[in-house]
Amino acid sequence: MIYYDKVSKKYPDSSVALDNVSFGVEPKEFITIVGPSGAGKTTLMKMLIAEEWPSEGAVFFESANIHRLSKKEMIKLRRRIGTVFQDYRLIPNKTIYENIAFAMEASGRTDREVASDVPHVLELVDLGHKIWNFPKELSGGERQRVAIARAIVTQPDIIIADEPTGNLDPTNTYEIIRILRKINELGTTVLLTTHNKGVVDTIGGRIITMDKGKVIKDDKNGKYIL
Amino acid sequence: MILTTLKRITRTGFVNFWRNGFLSFAAIVVITLSLCAFGAILFTGAFGRSMLADVKDKVDINVYFALSAPETDMLALQKDLNHLPEVASTTYTSRDAALATFKAKWQSNALIMQGLDEIGSNPFPASLNIKAIDPGKYGGIANFIQNKNPTAGDGTPIIEKINYEQNKRIIDRLSKIIPAVEQTGIAIAIILVIVAMIVVWNTIRLVIFTAKDEISVMKLVGASNTYVRGPLVVSGIIYGIVSALITLILMAALAYWGDTIVLRLAGVEVASDFELVVNVLSTYFVRNFTQIFVIIMGAGILLGGISSYIAARKYLKI
Repeated sequence: MIYYDKVSKKYPDSSVALDNVSFGVEPKEFITIVGPSGAGKTTLMKMLIAEEWPSEGAVFFESANIHRLSKKEMIKLRRRIGTVFQDYRLIPNKTIYENIAFAMEASGRTDREVASDVPHVLELVDLGHKIWNFPKELSGGERQRVAIARAIVTQPDIIIADEPTGNLDPTNTYEIIRILRKINELGTTVLLTTHNKGVVDTIGGRIITMDKGKVIKDDKNGKYIL
Repeated sequence: MILTTLKRITRTGFVNFWRNGFLSFAAIVVITLSLCAFGAILFTGAFGRSMLADVKDKVDINVYFALSAPETDMLALQKDLNHLPEVASTTYTSRDAALATFKAKWQSNALIMQGLDEIGSNPFPASLNIKAIDPGKYGGIANFIQNKNPTAGDGTPIIEKINYEQNKRIIDRLSKIIPAVEQTGIAIAIILVIVAMIVVWNTIRLVIFTAKDEISVMKLVGASNTYVRGPLVVSGIIYGIVSALITLILMAALAYWGDTIVLRLAGVEVASDFELVVNVLSTYFVRNFTQIFVIIMGAGILLGGISSYIAARKYLKI
């Protein structure tokens, strides 16, 4: 489904974010990418939505080179990928409802779909009662759940979650992971990065360990070892 | 689909305008100030044109005829002059009319009236007042009359004198000053407009800069450029419309009270005599309201909309 082919990313100051990374992702997999800060996890994720460009190598999504897509194809690709960021990236002057509705409207859903799906997905992340609040009125855990709701509401093929629990306490962390696993069980591929050992140990599944821009371990049923 | 998108973009634009209260307010203040510069230019232009027209109207030349000149010859000269393309109008004043005007003016002054009586006969010559379409044309008209130098049947010239030479200096000066004033006005106007546009452009850029994270999020969620930019442009256009309305109200107020205030400041007691001067701006505003409305509203919408459109471009590249 996704294939990173010998991807390297070097910055002009000659620091290396990614060094010859290759691996593939199968549909419906739950992959956790672990490693210390600066290992290149976030860069890897950003490549997938073309927020970053590789210096060498290529990233393929269903045999299409992501960085060679036209603008229109890029928009379509991004609609098939739901993204959850560590800093939530909700739109501050939109209500929770509007934040989620926006993703649906942007991908051209009808008003009726929006009106029925948004409350539904908010129930799913247990935030039905905060539907008309603004992001600043929510706690960190709640905001991250809104971000997840936004990522899944368009029913994407894949969810990428970059350190979604990075700013959260253990209870909220567990809650977020539980939701992500549920999404995965319903058939969506999930790509998660974390440096939280506890998280890794709860998840199990395929674990890719990175360090200094390289994949140092790719374990079908791994543990976090560093 | 296009209709739905348009509806959503417009709605989002309105909502953003309302929720970004302070930023919207700041943008409106700046655009309003710029539009006021436009308005000031329009008003100054109108006021200046009215003043210049007034001055131009006061410039004229008079031909004074000999006391013995026959009226038919004088009227023939007037007819010839009326055929000249440079001549805007001519007014013939007969000797009797000149006397009547003089008497009417000084009737309360016994001394002057007495002096007039002592002269016995009518001392006033007939005269021809000539107005040219342009102050620069008087030289040509004066030459025409001098070259023609019409004579009565017995060979004596009917023209006693032409006061062109006396007026020549002021006429020459005016024909130089008037175009200079007009050109300076246009130059100042252009500079003001450019400054206003730069200030507005920078303000809008700031407004959009604060939204740059949202723009990137929208893009990463899979929104098209149109979908992200649309609401920003709609907000920009709303800034323009609101600012234009405020400006028009301010201009109306200025037109209504402005002339009176200016005259008061100049120490002139406003009386009905001054009605012509007093109503320059309000007359101009009422007569040309459609034009002013289109200019101010158009400038506001273009300033707000285009600035937003261009300013958003930078952040859409993701």
